[in-house]
Amino acid sequence: METGQKMGDGVRRKGIQRNEMYMTFDAVSENEAFARIAVAAFVSPLNPTMEEISDIKTAVSEAVTNAIIHGYDEEFTQGSGAEGAAQVYMRCLIEEDVLHVEVKDTGKGIEDIEKAMEPLFTTKPEMDRSGMGFAFMEAFMDDLEVISKPGVGTMVLMKKKLGTSSWLVQEE
Amino acid sequence: MEEDFKVIDNYLMVRMPEEVDHHKSVYISRTADEFIMKEGVGNIVFDFEDTRFMDSSGIGIIIGRYKKISYFGGKVFAINADTRVKRTLMICGLHKVIEIME
Repeated sequence: METGQKMGDGVRRKGIQRNEMYMTFDAVSENEAFARIAVAAFVSPLNPTMEEISDIKTAVSEAVTNAIIHGYDEEFTQGSGAEGAAQVYMRCLIEEDVLHVEVKDTGKGIEDIEKAMEPLFTTKPEMDRSGMGFAFMEAFMDDLEVISKPGVGTMVLMKKKLGTSSWLVQEE
Repeated sequence: MEEDFKVIDNYLMVRMPEEVDHHKSVYISRTADEFIMKEGVGNIVFDFEDTRFMDSSGIGIIIGRYKKISYFGGKVFAINADTRVKRTLMICGLHKVIEIME
């Protein structure tokens, strides 16, 4: 912690110990950009590097895109008859230097989570989906957890510790 | 957005947008396919000069076009990709099937 304070004078991470935000938005593709930019803005008080921002934006984009195109796919929205009610919930929490992101939908859920998380596995090849969504979330964040129940929805929990690279190199 | 697609000889040039995500990818894939069918081009070049963000939807665009074009012996190129975009391409091992150039 001492080093954090030393550097904290000018550059990195001062003030914020805990900060939380919730947002809910319609499951339309326009909101993918909105969601990732909102999270990027939310973490900016931690002075993240460009690399970290980019990692976070990619992971959020993957999670939100999944909710929109898989959670609320056509089959589901037509079947439930509740069109227009499809919404994505996002919760972000900063605790010290760790960012938690939670993306939740009340869509169709995942039958086989392990299978869904396999790289290159996709249920929508006809839509040109690459099947890399979960693999990217895993690659760009430190921790990933997926909770899902068919017919109920899916929740993706991601964690990333900020400030683990580059800045510390300058220490000596 | 039509002007982002240009046919030069046997190549379809696609200027990728600043942010490549699912929202944009649907249009890009569809339009590129129309050009491939209509103009009968053999190869495709994705120009990432303006691109600052790309998620797995971009990978989907490239793999989808690669499948179509390589069937007839065509090649896929990615040019002007910054380090972020390059890293995203390499994580998926795309550098083994397409050509990434400066």
